Amino acid sequence: MPFLRAASGGQHGDFSHLRTLTHVTTDALTLLPALTARVRETAHARTPTCPCGAATLADRPDATVVRHAGTVAKAHAADADRAELSLRVTAAARLPGVFLPPLTAAPVDLHGRLVTYWPYGTPVDPEDPDAAPWEAAARLLARLHRTPAPAPVPPMRGPAKAALAAARLRATAPDHPATAPVLAAWAALPAWARGEAAMPDPTTLCHGDLHLGQLIRHPAPDGPWLLIDVDDLGTGAPAWDLARPAAWYACGLLPPEEWHRFLTAYRAGGGPAVPAAGDPWPALDVPARALTAQTAARAVSKAVLEDRPLDEVERSLVDACARMASVRPAAPRG
Amino acid sequence: MQCPKCHAPMHTYNRNGVQIEQCSGCRGIFLDYGELESLTRLEAQWSQPAPPAPPAAPQAYPAAQAPAWGAPQHGGHGHYGHHRQKSFGRMLFSS
Repeated sequence: MPFLRAASGGQHGDFSHLRTLTHVTTDALTLLPALTARVRETAHARTPTCPCGAATLADRPDATVVRHAGTVAKAHAADADRAELSLRVTAAARLPGVFLPPLTAAPVDLHGRLVTYWPYGTPVDPEDPDAAPWEAAARLLARLHRTPAPAPVPPMRGPAKAALAAARLRATAPDHPATAPVLAAWAALPAWARGEAAMPDPTTLCHGDLHLGQLIRHPAPDGPWLLIDVDDLGTGAPAWDLARPAAWYACGLLPPEEWHRFLTAYRAGGGPAVPAAGDPWPALDVPARALTAQTAARAVSKAVLEDRPLDEVERSLVDACARMASVRPAAPRG
Repeated sequence: MQCPKCHAPMHTYNRNGVQIEQCSGCRGIFLDYGELESLTRLEAQWSQPAPPAPPAAPQAYPAAQAPAWGAPQHGGHGHYGHHRQKSFGRMLFSS
């Protein structure tokens, strides 16, 4: 794992305010067994007659997630801030019907990582595009965006995470032919979308990292859909939460029908990120560009790490970044 | 009969009621008087049931409602089935 630190100053700007740029590794070999044991204890405390269905759901640098029957333990990123994570978990607990409620109020320590506990829910099936819950996702976002923050929360972390992906691309793939168009698209964005200035809407509650892996049905297997993953939850520009599906649509990865189902349901739910009628793109343009650049940056970094060429899906993201050079981003909303 | 071009023997085939002679050597085809017109007429009848060009369908997704930097294939169909499985399970489930 390369040690990541963006160059300070110089032509790429100063990223020193992005605390996530310093990646602190922990000993994953000790974390996973410890987390597995801890989730078993927690599950058995909840359900003494436990059938012991245990599984590792995710084991990535930014999160290790382990399931034991109906209980899920998540070890958050090594650099997660305790105070901020606590505020986000508290907010999720106070958003019933929108966010999955946590099992415990505060994160606990385990091998230098912060751990939170959640009930298990059934995720979206990645093998079945026709079953993707576009309407449910849109309705949940509209509700989230219309709800005043139930507790103080830090800013939504979407732009900061995108800045991290851009910095990592610059560090890991400086000579790749796709790097220049992706970074040019990134540099053309307004400062707020690059995580370098406050977001235009400082009060709206946002998820911050919406994709189809962030929805589960609870209670499993067929309860209502709920949002999960509080790591980027916070206040900011709600269009950011619509921008990943918007970017997939713009890049030709999401069929127009599915994008319009999502957009129509969001509008029907009274979501404030786009006007109720008419062209939504003036509101979506900047965040959709940012998420296209972020996704392209991650794809190129990953391809370089794996020493392989870009596949056609990844190329479509880079191509979209290249086309952005000929059209300036939409002006901020007045 | 023999092919007028390469002199190999020609065989007679029936195509939709029209007799045609094809050379077994160079695969050339010999048509009698009127047979070309018969084939043309049959071809026209064959394609006639095809629907005329569709009228301007109501534009469910106006072209303006996509960004100018978007993929050029917007409005077309068939492209997505190709990309869909590949991008769905991977791209649409990660940050």
